[in-house]
Amino acid sequence: MSDTIVPLTTKKDWMSDQEVRWCPGCGDYGIMQAVQQLMPDLGIAPENTVFISGIGCSSRFPYYMNTYGMHSIHGRAPAIATGVAVARPDLDVWVITGDGDSLSIGGNHLIHALRRNVNLTILLFNNRIYGLTKGQYSPTSETGKVTKSTPMGSIDHPFNPLSVALGAEASFVARTHDLDRKHMMEVFRQAHAHKGASFVEIFQNCNVFNDSAFDDITSRNAREEMMIDLKHGQPIRFGADGHKGVVMGSDGQLRIMEVADVGEDALLVHDAHREDPGLAFALARLSHDDHSATPFGVFRDVQRGDYGSMVGAQLAQASEKKGPGDLHALLRSNGTWSVD
Amino acid sequence: MTDTEERQDRQPEQISHVVVRFAGDSGDGMQLTGDRFTSVSALFGNDLSTFPDYPAEIRAPAGTVNGVSSFQVHISDHDITTPGDAPNVLVVMNPAALKADLHRLEQGGLLIINTDAFEERDLHKAGYDHNPLHDDFLSQYRVVEIPMTTLTQRATEPLGVKPRDAERSKNLFALGLVSWLYSRPTEPTIAWIENKFKDLVKESNLAAFRAGFAFGETTELFDHPYEVKPAQLPAGEYTNITGNVALAWGLVAAGQLAKLPVFLGSYPITPASDILHELSKHKHFGVRTVQAEDEIAAAGMALGSAFAGHLGVTTTSGPGVALKSETMSLAVSLELPLILVDIQRGGPSTGLPTKTEAADLNIAMFGRHGEAPLPIVAAYSPANCFDAAIEAARIALKYRTPVILLSDGYLANGSEPWKLPVPEDLPDISVSFQTEMNHTDAEGNPEYWPYLRDPDTLARPWAIPGTPGLMHRVGGIEKQDGSGNIDYSPANHSKMVHLRADKIAGIAADIPPATITGDADADVVLLGWGSTWAAIDAAVQRTRRAGTKVAWIHLTHLNPWPPNLGDLLRPFKRILVPELNMGQLCRLVRAEYLVDATPITKVQGLPFTSAELEAAIQEALS
Repeated sequence: MSDTIVPLTTKKDWMSDQEVRWCPGCGDYGIMQAVQQLMPDLGIAPENTVFISGIGCSSRFPYYMNTYGMHSIHGRAPAIATGVAVARPDLDVWVITGDGDSLSIGGNHLIHALRRNVNLTILLFNNRIYGLTKGQYSPTSETGKVTKSTPMGSIDHPFNPLSVALGAEASFVARTHDLDRKHMMEVFRQAHAHKGASFVEIFQNCNVFNDSAFDDITSRNAREEMMIDLKHGQPIRFGADGHKGVVMGSDGQLRIMEVADVGEDALLVHDAHREDPGLAFALARLSHDDHSATPFGVFRDVQRGDYGSMVGAQLAQASEKKGPGDLHALLRSNGTWSVD
Repeated sequence: MTDTEERQDRQPEQISHVVVRFAGDSGDGMQLTGDRFTSVSALFGNDLSTFPDYPAEIRAPAGTVNGVSSFQVHISDHDITTPGDAPNVLVVMNPAALKADLHRLEQGGLLIINTDAFEERDLHKAGYDHNPLHDDFLSQYRVVEIPMTTLTQRATEPLGVKPRDAERSKNLFALGLVSWLYSRPTEPTIAWIENKFKDLVKESNLAAFRAGFAFGETTELFDHPYEVKPAQLPAGEYTNITGNVALAWGLVAAGQLAKLPVFLGSYPITPASDILHELSKHKHFGVRTVQAEDEIAAAGMALGSAFAGHLGVTTTSGPGVALKSETMSLAVSLELPLILVDIQRGGPSTGLPTKTEAADLNIAMFGRHGEAPLPIVAAYSPANCFDAAIEAARIALKYRTPVILLSDGYLANGSEPWKLPVPEDLPDISVSFQTEMNHTDAEGNPEYWPYLRDPDTLARPWAIPGTPGLMHRVGGIEKQDGSGNIDYSPANHSKMVHLRADKIAGIAADIPPATITGDADADVVLLGWGSTWAAIDAAVQRTRRAGTKVAWIHLTHLNPWPPNLGDLLRPFKRILVPELNMGQLCRLVRAEYLVDATPITKVQGLPFTSAELEAAIQEALS
């Protein structure tokens, strides 16, 4: 797709003049680089692009983009972005959020933006920790996590962000990580191309409060055996020379097997366009921790009418039926009488 | 009872006004009955004022006092503002309604009773240990007992309507009867029934309505009908309007006058939901409505739409105001236009969802974190909600600020005739979006400063997404005046807090000065706001007719106040502040002007009666 678009802008056009204030070594830098590098390829203009964020480290993101932007309220970005996107379907609206922002204080807004299929590209920076408030456990922190607010270990069961999104009827669900710019760019590109709500979980390292949380999966040494790259229409296999693959057992459970043991034909073929979200859900639940093989890429990408367009269509339909609004007629619509 | 000779001439007796109250079970259709009686009176040309009074439960246990739903309407041949203190006529459909509303009926008033509902079981449910119809309990009223259910069943039987179904039409029988009693034209009601209902239900309702009308005409229970002539209102075209519909239309009009699309983010809540319903009907005006997942999102969506260049509105009632508080604070910081409509109800918490109160002035004034002043506009009558909505939008747009518009349950559901404004005469409230760079950087390059203020209004420019070259970021973090860049420095924060306060305070020069109604040389002045307008108006008129001097100032802008308010108040010996709360405005006025204002409070979920205020004036004078 990028081959057909002549970039009208360069990466520099998308960078604001603001000094970036994340901690040195933060995973957010890599994500910002990927977004800024991707933007020229999308063939869109900075003035037609809006970044809305909530509160948290990741939510400083809009300040660094030379677009329209709002650093809003903790958890409320999906709601505010819904207002922007419904008012102005002509705009490209992105939501930047974190695991605490979108899955704790803003959980309600996230699920409803997904359910409504508002045309938003939602990037969730998941570092499994509260960074800005200096290191409390988050709704994606693993059980047993020792933090300032959980000195004896967290007893909370964590959310799986992709499961939440799929359960909330999301039409586009994907996962990527902050160490692979190319992978991020490809996932963001597809998320942006999707009409409706796109949800992308990004494994993001907080090197200050939760360092190396995803190392067992995403570090250069681990990737080959631990990252399962989902590709639509292809058998799901990974590892050196693709020696491992995902198989659905007769009990409906997905399992990771040696391809040599089960044969290539037994491998599950990934279908991101399946209407039924069951398979995407099963893939989202394939890994239960940060130490086992984990799928990445686009889990689900199905078409459903986007909210802003549908609101606009009803307006057009009403105008078609009733003609343009006329205050004279409105004031008389409940019956009138005259006094001479 | 009259003798035959007198009865032959049953010409209507002319009366100047009458207050009728329909009371029954929630399932008896009393709101509809009252509404129809109101509509036909409006079309007939009476001045009127209504007061729907219903329980919070959709269907409380049938036949209980908790489930009583009432509708009071005052019709008149002259200018009136209140739904009347005490009904002259009370129609009760069951014992619970009698129990709930009898105390309101004037001494000697007409009491029309559906006797079919006075079986032992009904009496028990209403908490009567005796049948009040069987002793002298009601001797101080003119009682007319009518078996309305039976008569309705008989009237509809030839149509094949089952007795149980027929019972549902008995409110139309009552409407027919009262329509005859007050010489209301029948055609509008018949046309309405034919339009609203279908098939057997339509036929049944028509038969019941006609039977009720004929019953009044042919029986000897009433001497003669009455007639309230049309009021001599100023010439013009009128419609009967409730506060919520007027407010919704005002928002539609504001969008037209501002040349901006209206965006409503709202979450259902009594008594504000009707604004969401009404605005949802007007998509052909470009009005977008989103029923949000919660009150917070509703406000957030409205703010997002404002950032994108729409007229953002969110509507709610008390508990919802609390939930929107953080968004209002952000809107103060972002300096974007936003309208929060609060249809006040009895609180705290769920309180009295269907009853009126005006106790949200404090939360409107102060219910945000940090120093976050914002303008407050308060509607004073159902029809005035239209103008108040336009005024709220004017201030929000011109000053790039969130505005709170206060109405209440009494205004929201009450109705009055409204002389239609001429749309062409309504104010132009349009503002310009910023389209050009407005500053030059150190190297001489043009740039856009989102917080470079208009020196007169202190409003910042409004550059909306889609405008080339003006990309900028706003946020809740303190920003540098001018550039809008993040700036935590002590001096800048102090400057910004003061600038935001000065901007709001400066609006005082842009609102109408306060005026005195009544006697400027009186000893006593009433200072009112919001829906107390009607009762104060009636009380002031009555007091002055009785030869006592009294003055009245009514506020439509509660923040900032008209700049002349202090000077107007100080000369009076007594300042009385009637409020449907515990004295919220009174305390503010005392603090601001160091005047000895006295509160007159009422927190019963009911509006003031004019008699209560008249008594308070007399007491202050004695």
